[in-house]
Amino acid sequence: METVEKKFRGRHLLQIADLTADEIMGLLNTAYKFKDVSEREIKKVPTLRGKTIVNLFYEPSTRTRTSFEIAGKRLSADVINISTSSSSVSKGETFKDTVLNIAAMKPDAIVVRHGSPGAPAYAARIAGCSVINGGDGANAHPTQALLDLMTIHEKKGTVENLKAAIVGDILHSRVARSNINALKMFGAEVTVCAPPTLLPHGVKALGVKVTHDIREAVADKDVVMMLRIQTERMQQGLFPSLREYSEHFCLSAKVLKSARPDVLIMHPGPINRGVEIASDVADGPYSLILSQVTHGVAMRMAVLYLLCGGAES
Amino acid sequence: MSEAILIQNGRVIDPSRGIDAVQDVLVKDGVIAAVGKNLAANGAKTVDAKGLVVSPGFIDLHVHLREPGFEYKETIATGSMAAAAGGFTAVCCMANTKPVNDNASVTRFILEKAAAVNGARVHPIGAITKGLKGEELAEIGEMKKAGVVALSDDGRCVMDARVLRHAMDYAAMFGLTIVEHCEDEHLVKGGIMNEGETSARLGIKGMPAIAEDVIARRDIDIAAYLKRPVHIAHISTLGAVESVRAAKALGTAVTCEAAPHHFSLTEKSLETFDANCKMNPPLRTADDVAAVKEGLRDGTIDCIATDHAPHATWEKELEIDQAPYGIVGLETALGLSMRLVREGLFGLPRLVELLSTNPARIFSLPGGTLKEGAPADVCIFDTEKKWTVDPAEFVSLGKNSPFAGWELFGKNCLTIVGGRIVYNPSNL
Ligand SMILES: [Zn+2]
Repeated sequence: METVEKKFRGRHLLQIADLTADEIMGLLNTAYKFKDVSEREIKKVPTLRGKTIVNLFYEPSTRTRTSFEIAGKRLSADVINISTSSSSVSKGETFKDTVLNIAAMKPDAIVVRHGSPGAPAYAARIAGCSVINGGDGANAHPTQALLDLMTIHEKKGTVENLKAAIVGDILHSRVARSNINALKMFGAEVTVCAPPTLLPHGVKALGVKVTHDIREAVADKDVVMMLRIQTERMQQGLFPSLREYSEHFCLSAKVLKSARPDVLIMHPGPINRGVEIASDVADGPYSLILSQVTHGVAMRMAVLYLLCGGAES
Repeated sequence: MSEAILIQNGRVIDPSRGIDAVQDVLVKDGVIAAVGKNLAANGAKTVDAKGLVVSPGFIDLHVHLREPGFEYKETIATGSMAAAAGGFTAVCCMANTKPVNDNASVTRFILEKAAAVNGARVHPIGAITKGLKGEELAEIGEMKKAGVVALSDDGRCVMDARVLRHAMDYAAMFGLTIVEHCEDEHLVKGGIMNEGETSARLGIKGMPAIAEDVIARRDIDIAAYLKRPVHIAHISTLGAVESVRAAKALGTAVTCEAAPHHFSLTEKSLETFDANCKMNPPLRTADDVAAVKEGLRDGTIDCIATDHAPHATWEKELEIDQAPYGIVGLETALGLSMRLVREGLFGLPRLVELLSTNPARIFSLPGGTLKEGAPADVCIFDTEKKWTVDPAEFVSLGKNSPFAGWELFGKNCLTIVGGRIVYNPSNL
């Protein structure tokens, strides 16, 4: 663990491409150790005592922010949450100034969630401490991809050479981009499935197969990841109605019949029951949705621990 | 009156007269007095241009000088001096100031400010429509009387084809050319960079090339139908270049310009999320860059214009979707254009044509020639001078350049406007 630790200390985590496959496996191994911590009665280790972690969130997010917060607290770090509603952002301070001001208070890591792609990368250039991308626009969400890998790994015992499908709004999804990158790093064959209006124009650059037929997408896959569809996209004219969307792209029990018996169903949440995923599928035996949430805490503990370089417990 | 200047032994390149030879140029009383071998000084100040190129001063048909309204980004004075530093003796400033240059009083304000500046000439471009709204025609006749040299809603496209049609017809009465920022605003809505493989990978909202293609095509069709001229600003796509090429072959009065960043960079530059690579039109693909270069070579593209768009540093440090579009260009235009000469794409005479002769012709501006009796607007540049771009050294208030740190060959040494030396840092 010590060598893994040294390799990560003081670095940023902005995108999956910042990591090698070996480093990702190192993160997974570390995360498994921390998963055990969350099972204990006293869910706290002193590893990051005296360290400060700032969650700087420019987008509403309960899940990711809470996950980072719990992760930091279980490592005994001091965790401060700043969200747009309570910060100077709404008073018109620029992002640069906000980051510099937070940096001046000498945190050990800043987790940045921002609607604008590249904002965490910019923060990383000026902050003088580790910056973790907590999701930036449609660009990247590396900790989500890492926790998804962990979830797959736990079930399959491997993340190598998988066949995976990602279904939904690929165009606007940072989760899709980071997962495509992470899965492909381990030799996966990834298929994306969406109406053409929800696929980026240059989709072939992502190195994925494309289909518009969900049955074809889920057939023969180890993993099926469903993405949340936002009604905003309907208002933008990208599809006509939620009803029609779900008719074609909802993962229902019927669709699932085309899948393998050992398929893993995932969703980064929050789910729209009955829209992109049928209720019974979300709650069904193949679903790993809550397991993903559990692994989110463990993986973020691993990331915080390795980047902030806590002392050995 | 300014003193006489004899520029000796430079390589005089004047495509307007087919001159490319080592000669002298005598400037007197604000005009070109003579061009020839071994001219007598007769008391004139002499400038030794040995090893340097002497050319009619560059003319930029597309700059944003930001005054009135955005003086923290640039002023008429700083923009005009930045132009002179880059070898430009005249610039045409776009109307998207605050207030918009859509009436004669704003035009007169710009010209009054410009008259007090010891830099490049400033020619205002008037708005096509009131407030750049694309709805009602601006007071084009009044603005013409006050001194505008062309019309444009630049920054915005005239989306209503009927409005554009009337604008072309109406402007023709005053001999003014319509300059179009070709971009279907519905297709680019909220876009930040070119739509394609890079935007797909980065998850950045794209601006498809077709947004430019379809409007360029539409505008050419309208111009052909009306038999009126149209000038396409900052052409950046393969499709638009092909449309212009085809239209020219049919005799349509279409002209166009390309900006140095559109032949120097591709969309890949956005991989760093640097807002200094955010411009409109956006940086395109390698195929588009190749098409722009070929257009510059074969004459489809008439001139190089910078789309000089200064912004405050803090504005470009905003998140990429908040940061404004545009980069400064006046002081890097020559060095970037010289890369095409050094690549062997074309020779120096074509370069001078693109930077001076042709832009003068397109808007019927004074300058662009070393003909005896023409205004003495001249620049002298060193094609071999190697330098590193450092925005801190720009005369422009805008330091927003994606070319910081680039090593370029070719730098302007001396600029004469109306017979007066306005830029001569090394005291030639
Ligand atoms: Zn424009």
